[in-house]
Amino acid sequence: MRELIFYLLIIGAGTGGELCVSRAMKAVGEVKDFRPAALIRVAARALQVPWMWLGLTLMGTAFFALLAVLTMENVSLVVPVTALSYAAGALGGKFFLGEQVTRRRWAGVLLVCVGVALVIMGRR
Amino acid sequence: MKASASLHFKTYLLILLMVIFGPLGNVLLGKGMKRIGAASVGTPAQALDLLSRVLASGTIWLGIGSLITFFVAYMLVLSWADYSYVQPASSVAYAMVALLAHFMLREAVTPLRWMGVLVICLGVLVVGHTPPRTTEPT
Repeated sequence: MRELIFYLLIIGAGTGGELCVSRAMKAVGEVKDFRPAALIRVAARALQVPWMWLGLTLMGTAFFALLAVLTMENVSLVVPVTALSYAAGALGGKFFLGEQVTRRRWAGVLLVCVGVALVIMGRR
Repeated sequence: MKASASLHFKTYLLILLMVIFGPLGNVLLGKGMKRIGAASVGTPAQALDLLSRVLASGTIWLGIGSLITFFVAYMLVLSWADYSYVQPASSVAYAMVALLAHFMLREAVTPLRWMGVLVICLGVLVVGHTPPRTTEPT
């Protein structure tokens, strides 16, 4: 039961956080200069976007939930279970970021989900 | 045409970094946390005690370093590529996690679980042939 709450936090807060961060990075714009000084400027600009702070908070929450669940379960189970966020991610990309998710991409995401289900069923 | 090829190159390069350092970080965290033992965070004192043990573990710091590398690559790629492209493409990481957990941590990975990992990779191949950006640059 406690593990379920941690998994929900990893998936929910993790996906929510990634979506917020992705939205913030889109606001920052395409990174074309990879020199360290330029990357620091990108980071400074990214931290001025409120979405980035919300995203980092959510991802931090997911991180600590991940640490907690890793004390109880094997990595080879925990990490695949967190891939359940794929469905949430595709939906979020479509409805929250306005990205076009093609039918082919949906099919890929669906396959990934089937794989994740098999991984969970393969629990010893 | 050239711009598109270079966009694909840097997208793939950063996804490669993500696929190496993300799983490595998770596996190192798993190793460190297993050594610390089952988490009990009922009271603030217990939570603080757990946190101090977590922060004292070199393995966990290595894991955090790997995850930061992963995160930086992820941020950069998200500045031009779609989230719903990057997230599924990076799921090759799940195969890496299974391999690393098996070989580094000696975790028992059942045949059904390996099959699941293969299906995930198949899904990634399907996803990998879609364009990296569908929204207009702003």
